Amino acid sequence: MSIDRFSGADAFPGVLRHAMAPGSSSFTEFLSAAAPELLPKPHLVSDIAPHGTTIVAAVYDGGVVMAGDRRATMGNLIAQRDIEKVVAADDYTLIGAAGTAGIGIEVVRLYQVELEHYEKIEGTQLTLDGKANRLATMLRGNLGLAMQGLAVVPIFAGFDTAASDAANAGKIFSFDVAGGCYPERYFDAIGSGSPFAKSSLKKRWRPGMSADEIVRVSVEAVYDAADDDSATGGPDLVRQIFPVVMLADDEGTRRVPDADLDVIVRAIVDQRREQPGT
Amino acid sequence: MTMPFYASPEQIMRDRSEYARKGIARGRSVVVSTYTDGVLFVAENASSALHKVSEIYDRIGFAAVGMYNEFENLRVAGIRLADMRGYSYDRRDVTARALANAYAQTLGGLFTDQQKPYEVELCVAEVGPGPEDDQMYRISYDGTIIDEPNFLVMGGQADALTSELRRTFTEGLDLRGALGVSVRGLGSVGGNGAPRTLPANQLEVAVLDRTRGSRKFKRIQGAVLTALLPAATTGGAPAAEPAPADTPPHDEPDQDGGSAGNSGDTPS
Repeated sequence: MSIDRFSGADAFPGVLRHAMAPGSSSFTEFLSAAAPELLPKPHLVSDIAPHGTTIVAAVYDGGVVMAGDRRATMGNLIAQRDIEKVVAADDYTLIGAAGTAGIGIEVVRLYQVELEHYEKIEGTQLTLDGKANRLATMLRGNLGLAMQGLAVVPIFAGFDTAASDAANAGKIFSFDVAGGCYPERYFDAIGSGSPFAKSSLKKRWRPGMSADEIVRVSVEAVYDAADDDSATGGPDLVRQIFPVVMLADDEGTRRVPDADLDVIVRAIVDQRREQPGT
Repeated sequence: MTMPFYASPEQIMRDRSEYARKGIARGRSVVVSTYTDGVLFVAENASSALHKVSEIYDRIGFAAVGMYNEFENLRVAGIRLADMRGYSYDRRDVTARALANAYAQTLGGLFTDQQKPYEVELCVAEVGPGPEDDQMYRISYDGTIIDEPNFLVMGGQADALTSELRRTFTEGLDLRGALGVSVRGLGSVGGNGAPRTLPANQLEVAVLDRTRGSRKFKRIQGAVLTALLPAATTGGAPAAEPAPADTPPHDEPDQDGGSAGNSGDTPS
């Protein structure tokens, strides 16, 4: 009975056989070995699958904001009015995904588990740069085909607890189809409405804004994107559906309540009534 | 005298059990108990980096005694299994019972198939919405799984410590009270007769607190732990001598002078 106990998955009986094999602290890598069918499947871009659409991120004095619209479209149809594209990846970071909605949600969910998994195994969190890099690696490795089909593009932002200057601890990272990870200094946007959102932010964003100011500017950027992109949803005052706006600062992540957004959106609408433009 | 060519299965299993039990008894103890807000883990652990107690999932915690590399392997496997279950179903679908069963299956298989059993004893605990929903499972080196009420003790002089805790433990204590019972219990064994006072740096303490947010596990360390510890035991040594290694390596002679290679068939 000289079974080599380190002969891989066969050495350990039962449900834990894959879990007992030596490996890294990455949940995605573990899934590839133990249950590859659970990983998000790459799809080709198609009008049959719903598409998600404009997400902006910007730094402010003391943190970073991320705002995303609520619309999912299927060709010319609105598939969902209140889809949430911006979520907290962990206690100090935010992630948003644009593109095929189903894949985006899976990617985000997998990434949240990836970060928590690392923390539980290692006993410590990754650094912010490590988390961004990990997201890039996940995109590159498991979803290479998806990225070639442009199915999902994420944007990642967070408060860097290791930064020396809390006022400038907010950081943003964007990603490209090759899985590259790029720190963005001031603001960025992704999705079909991102050119309009970025043009809006270009005029309204300033360094060192307060939380209230940055929320106003971000909501306005999504509003401007919705104004020119049919795939981006504007605020729905009738149903009280507003963009998801989340902040990450030294106290962690929080979502701006709909009641506050209602006030901001009404102010924007009133101002635009004065200067409608085309 | 010629060496016997045949050893009965009972003899082989008994030797393995003996081996595993000795390994587990060599180290220090861990006490897992319930209190008003959930489950409390108290381990005697001089190391601040190598943990005996760990988070597995939202409401599930893990504690182990025995060989560190073996239970560390099982700890990581448990986290992987829990994260996979939670990811493929839902976070609320991950239960301590399923995890304990998986551990029992693995340890039982290892005990029978491998030449050397895992010298570990595990506890998987889950906190629920109320005290009646809290669960604690003990899994032994041979895959035996027991569902324990109130408290359980693993490792070191577990029998003596269990008797002591049966005397002192009561249900429904607050955190400070439950911590006091566990720490005094741990201090009552392992010294040379006199009870030991264990300071915060020789303890590893964590809770599964049902009043917390989604992740219930929290370590209690440093100044916070010191503030919660009971006052020093009167008449005892001022501070316990920490063991040089928590589970001494195999090539050190046994403290009790017994020879591990003794093939006598004394029933245990």
